[in-house]
Amino acid sequence: MKELVIILMSLVLVDNFVLAKFLGICPFLGVSKKLDAAVGMSIAVIFVMLLSTAVTYPIYIHLLDPLGLDYLQTIVFILVIAALVQLVEIILKKYVPILHRSLGVYLPLITTNCAVLGVTLLNIDEGYSYVQALVNAIGAGLGFLLAMVLFSGVRRVIEHNDIPTAFKGIPSILIAASILSVSFMGFSGVVDGIFK
Amino acid sequence: MNKLNILYNGVIKENPVLILLLGTCPALAVTTMAVNGIGMGLATMMVLICSNVVIALLKNVIPDKVRIPGFIVVIAGFVTIVSFLLKAYAPSLDKSLGIFIPLIVVNCIILGRAEMFASRNSVADAALDGVGMGIGFTLALFLMGSIRELLGSGTWMGIVLTAEVIEPMTIFMLAPGGFFVFGCLVALINKLSNGRAIKKKEMGCSACPSAGACGQRKEGGCH
Repeated sequence: MKELVIILMSLVLVDNFVLAKFLGICPFLGVSKKLDAAVGMSIAVIFVMLLSTAVTYPIYIHLLDPLGLDYLQTIVFILVIAALVQLVEIILKKYVPILHRSLGVYLPLITTNCAVLGVTLLNIDEGYSYVQALVNAIGAGLGFLLAMVLFSGVRRVIEHNDIPTAFKGIPSILIAASILSVSFMGFSGVVDGIFK
Repeated sequence: MNKLNILYNGVIKENPVLILLLGTCPALAVTTMAVNGIGMGLATMMVLICSNVVIALLKNVIPDKVRIPGFIVVIAGFVTIVSFLLKAYAPSLDKSLGIFIPLIVVNCIILGRAEMFASRNSVADAALDGVGMGIGFTLALFLMGSIRELLGSGTWMGIVLTAEVIEPMTIFMLAPGGFFVFGCLVALINKLSNGRAIKKKEMGCSACPSAGACGQRKEGGCH
């Protein structure tokens, strides 16, 4: 139990996927303009991360690894993720149209999100158990949500400021992300300090 | 299209990292050292050229409806080959690039070029586009890696330069330094081109490789 809490906490605060590991930068810069879009995208990402970990992990452990096919890992994982995203979109469209209207927009974008493929690959690399892998996926998703929500707030403030012309747009956003990333560095050691 | 133009487009006019702002994840993550930047750039370039050629060859065979999954399989195949080559011949580079080697699969540049260029042009042009974009990507990563390595550890390509004179600022090797250097570089390009280079290519559907597959474009974009 303690181990699971450590994995969760360190992924949300210390090893944040966006701000410390540079995974999922494109949606972080592209979809963080408005708070509701940022939250919608993050929830869709959490859902897909959890689902794809739940499916890819057993495929690797019970199918690819015993058969010596682990070199197919990248191809199989990306195809599983792409298929899952499509499936989820079709199911949502058919049965839960309300949810599809608010989350469905972000689903096609998630297939090529490196955070999702990243979390499934990291789970294998780190040698996690199935439960640990699922917690890892949730933690990574929650960390993404936290970064997106905080950053959409930051962006709302900088948007109406008097910024030098050359820094308008993307450069100012990147500098703001840099400062946010510095503040997350302050959490390093927190998890070790509390739990060890 | 003029052959030289295609190359020029990839390296300078539509530099994938600094102008199109694609492939930001590897550009930020692996550029702690100039050598890593070159390694990542060359690995991506190889995948880009091979996948561009194969996709240009197959453009009439792949049905339109399943073209995105088809492209992804082709790209993932070449990424696996490159990762094996790196493991065999450059194990230390493979270790320092780590998870970002398999993640070349989801690099927006490769899928973007497959969708925007290779599936609509001849094989020779597609190969040339791969070379141009690859060189542009490698140069951008090399530039960022050089700046971060010089400021962050006082060395360049492993050669000690300023480390003994100026105390190296380790923060440039860490995550915040990556964002900061990238932001400053984009601002510099904005300044040099009087804001013309990047303005029209703000983050949005035009920068998104899934734009073709995603229906949101007709409805005014995703945000």
